[in-house]
Amino acid sequence: MESILNFIEANQQILYIVILMIFVGIEVIGRVPSVLHTPLMSGANAIHGVVIIGAIIVMGNAEESNYLAKILGFLAVVLGTLNVVGGFVVTDRMLEMFKKKK
Amino acid sequence: MSQHILTLCYLIGSVTFIVGLKMLSNPAAARKGNWVAAAGMSIAILGTIFLYKDSKTGAYLHNYAWIFGGLIIGGIIGTLSAKKVQMTAMPEMVSLFNGMGGACAALISLVEFDHVSKAIAENNSEAFIAFLQPKVLIIVLGLIIGSVSFAGSMIAWGKLNGKVKDFSFKGQNILNLIFLAIAIGAAGYLVYVPEYHTLLYVILVLSLLYGVLFVLPIGGADMPVVISLLNSFTGVAAACGGFLYDNKVMLTGGILVGAAGTLLTILMCKAMNRSLKNVLIGSFGGNTATAASGGSSSQGVHKEISLSDTAMIMSYANKVMIVPGYGLAVAQAQHICHELEKILTEKGVEVKYAIHPVAGRMPGHMNVLLAEADVSYDNLLEMEQANEEFSTTDVVLILGANDVVNPAAKSDPASPIYGMPILDVELAKTVVVNKRSMKPGYAGIENELFFRPKTSMLFGDAKKVLQDLCAEIKNA
Repeated sequence: MESILNFIEANQQILYIVILMIFVGIEVIGRVPSVLHTPLMSGANAIHGVVIIGAIIVMGNAEESNYLAKILGFLAVVLGTLNVVGGFVVTDRMLEMFKKKK
Repeated sequence: MSQHILTLCYLIGSVTFIVGLKMLSNPAAARKGNWVAAAGMSIAILGTIFLYKDSKTGAYLHNYAWIFGGLIIGGIIGTLSAKKVQMTAMPEMVSLFNGMGGACAALISLVEFDHVSKAIAENNSEAFIAFLQPKVLIIVLGLIIGSVSFAGSMIAWGKLNGKVKDFSFKGQNILNLIFLAIAIGAAGYLVYVPEYHTLLYVILVLSLLYGVLFVLPIGGADMPVVISLLNSFTGVAAACGGFLYDNKVMLTGGILVGAAGTLLTILMCKAMNRSLKNVLIGSFGGNTATAASGGSSSQGVHKEISLSDTAMIMSYANKVMIVPGYGLAVAQAQHICHELEKILTEKGVEVKYAIHPVAGRMPGHMNVLLAEADVSYDNLLEMEQANEEFSTTDVVLILGANDVVNPAAKSDPASPIYGMPILDVELAKTVVVNKRSMKPGYAGIENELFFRPKTSMLFGDAKKVLQDLCAEIKNA
């Protein structure tokens, strides 16, 4: 019990962020029209590409002789970039189609 | 100083994600919102590369050649494939990119666990291991969620482009749950005894297997829901990375997508009037559905209509309603469809489109597709509007849609799509259905509509049929 309370105490900032972000995430897209479901999914897909930052940290911290970390890290950077760049470009292409009509 | 700037970069990144997502849910601001989020992402990435310092050693990152090499390769492939992909293949592209994100999260976990086990090999005092346990928990969680998301997205991608077929066997759900339970049990044990590092690979394999088996039995019609769900999984996997590095921008971005993605999944299910549980376990289009509809497949005969007759009834109609479906998307017939609309409008026929919320492979898929062909927004009717107007419609032209006009959704409680709102095309005077054959749609069930007296079938590829139809109407 005490260890759980200690954990909450030590990580309270992170826990606050998690809880608030859950509400923000739900609130922010609550009224999306069904027309925008696909582009919104695609946009959210690009945003979770933020995992690339972890990949960059792994790659940038890999020691010279640690080939496992280097290879996996490199692969992670490539895949993460695909997610980010591909995600934003595809979303833009979808939305471009809507824009012309205005 | 540099650490303060990095904090600022991350703060800007987090805010742009929230603002971007908000703008994305509003048609007028959506495109700008996408770029706002992209700009924030670039700031966060560049900040990390140049300003990030390891919390223990205080050293900046190195291996710049590798980092930029990866960024450039990923950037080029990502841009090219996103630019080249056809509008019809967008949903599978999203699934593919989502899988890449999941794989990225899983790889990070593999490397970080390697670091942890090396640290333990050097210092295996109890206190040190207890200190590392929360870290191991996060790493393993990221690995499980990331691998499930990767494997599931790859299968969803294969299903949408037709490479992977539906596959299910008896007791598959139970086997799935057993795999997941073993993976979670192994994860728990690994957190308890982090020295036992081979378990990590067991967890990896089981998670990948679970991802594959989880998506395999789900029918193509439900893929959008599955992709949306996996999308939120990847969000949570990214948030695990945020915990691991105490990185606020990964945390906010990941949780934001995790929450928004879950809500979006539920909204999509609602559009089809089905529960998430039903989608995931009721495996639409699996064996049960085919067996249930087997008895009704021999009922009645369908009536065919010739091209010239179709051209005739359409040019003398007052109002024509077009119901587009996946068949239109596959045939790339959106431009010629717009052409037909123009020709008919010149002849004084009122032409509208009835868009079912889940027509095609993803909600909004048809809107994107028709928008590409310059079809005016005002002519696209949502389901409720369209259903009000069918009674005053002379001809309904169904282009490769099937399940969204299946009356069984209203009348047959045994049907797997029972309860899904449909387009009431039967209220119109005549219904012409363009399909390639009498084969059932993606849900794998027969459509009684095709055997009704008001309905005529016009077989052929949507693009070819529409081209011929345009020529006929012009000449008439």
